[in-house]
Amino acid sequence: MVHLTDVTKYYGSKRALGPVSFEIERGDTVGFLGLNGVGKTTLLKILACGLRPSSGTVSIDGLDVLDNPHEVRKRVGYLPELPPVYGDMTVGDYLHFAGRIRGLAPEAVARRVPEVEEYARITEVHDVPTRNLSQGYRQRVGVAQAIIHDPDLLILDEPTHDLDPVQIMEMRGMIRALKDSHTILISSHILPEISQTCDRLLILNDGEIVASGSEAELGDTLLRSRGMVVTVRPRGSGRVDGDAADADAADGNAADGDAGLRAAIAAAEQAIRGVPGVADVKLPDRPARAMAATGAVTIRVDGEADVRAPVCRALVEAGHDVIGLTRAERELERVFVELVGGAEA
Amino acid sequence: MGATGIIFRREFRAYTRSPMGYIVAAIVLLLDGILFYALALGPRAGESLSGEVLMRFFYNASGLTAVAAVALSIRLIAEERAAGTQLLLNTSPVRDWEIVLGKFLSALAFLSAITVATLYMPLLILVNGKIAFGHILVGYVGLTLLGAAVLAIGLFATALTRHQLVAAASASVITGIMFLLWPLSQMVGPPLSRVFAVLAIHGRHWAGFQAGLFHLRDVVYYVALTYFFLYAATKVMEAKRWE
Repeated sequence: MVHLTDVTKYYGSKRALGPVSFEIERGDTVGFLGLNGVGKTTLLKILACGLRPSSGTVSIDGLDVLDNPHEVRKRVGYLPELPPVYGDMTVGDYLHFAGRIRGLAPEAVARRVPEVEEYARITEVHDVPTRNLSQGYRQRVGVAQAIIHDPDLLILDEPTHDLDPVQIMEMRGMIRALKDSHTILISSHILPEISQTCDRLLILNDGEIVASGSEAELGDTLLRSRGMVVTVRPRGSGRVDGDAADADAADGNAADGDAGLRAAIAAAEQAIRGVPGVADVKLPDRPARAMAATGAVTIRVDGEADVRAPVCRALVEAGHDVIGLTRAERELERVFVELVGGAEA
Repeated sequence: MGATGIIFRREFRAYTRSPMGYIVAAIVLLLDGILFYALALGPRAGESLSGEVLMRFFYNASGLTAVAAVALSIRLIAEERAAGTQLLLNTSPVRDWEIVLGKFLSALAFLSAITVATLYMPLLILVNGKIAFGHILVGYVGLTLLGAAVLAIGLFATALTRHQLVAAASASVITGIMFLLWPLSQMVGPPLSRVFAVLAIHGRHWAGFQAGLFHLRDVVYYVALTYFFLYAATKVMEAKRWE
């Protein structure tokens, strides 16, 4: 559906994009992720026939964007970062205009306008001038104009820009509903927005694609599960059912109990540190108190490789109970930040 | 209806929906009316022949039409660029000349509506005087052609920038120079005087319309000038569409 080969874009001597090459299959939903100013909008504008690449070739549906821009534009729906709405027009008039300007016949526009209004849930503002709409409604009107001609390829540049959390959820729902019938390209600098709606991510940094793949692939291949959170009920903490060794700690006084908990937690920590490949182990600030409150302690483990299995084995063999194991939260965000900024997550 | 017609309709309705169109119309009609009152109904009105009054009316109206044309044209493209709506047109299957033509025709239609609204003034001359309907007709054809040429200049200026003030300044400078060519042609010797006279927007070519004389060469001049600036505006749009 979309083929880019060695595409670059220069503004004067400044390189804004590329060289980038990739392919997108029909029906895919692809997210372009990157910080502001890394070339996402430039790339999407090139795909929407709104910007000429400095070099390279771009084809959409087999048509070169420079040789057949008119035909390509018929196949593309584009929502820029700021919806291109005319403040003096009502929503209905605007969508009618957008449909006609995109080549729909009057009868087709008359049919499509109510459809896209219903889809974007803007029917109630049909007669409202767009200048009087909230940002959320304007964004929905922007999506409606992008799909009015039922394009093969839908390009959404920061579709949740300036939306509140409820509006963001609604926009995600709209995008998910479009996935069945369109090839969709979305850009954002917010990871959850992309990861929750896209099948595949392309991460851009400094105008180049530095990583691509599904969320799971990126997590697996880039971080190799280097971060995990293991919830442990340490042996000797007084909470392990049927363990005679617990009796001492359980029956002792408060001070002795606290010391016992600390010792139990330290034993679990030691068991983890002894696993080859473990780079770092982080306990909560006050592990004994957390342990007393919840009956378990949550330990963050960073490894040089995927150490989930050996850590579990080591803990169980040392007599501790493993009651929870997850990849560290915000793991993909760490990938993103490391890739695009090199900063510590 | 092609893309030109769709854009024409949108732009014409934009004039009728925004205060800008009404403000321009009100100012032009007010000034036209005041000047006409001074000419035809003022203390020295009886001294002039009806034909002279009509000529002076057209003379005044030509200046006001040019100013109105600049005012109406400067928003046409610069405003779209500033508001970001140009992206809708640029990413739609519409050709640049269709955009330019649609916008030009909408502005010309609105300007013509303002011009037609002044028709009561020449007709008032008929109450106490005698003038030829042909003179009125030719004068209004001249106003329309002059207005079209200045609108084309304004459209070219607005295609150059996203700032309406810059567009207004550019259009005013170009139009001003085109107006000044006539007095300049009187000051310099040949062959420059001939060149200036032929190119001037408001001298030799306007005088015939003002006097009720229809010369094809004057029509050709205004049509050519309009075409030139519309063509230039289209080329600017083409160059900027991919930027």
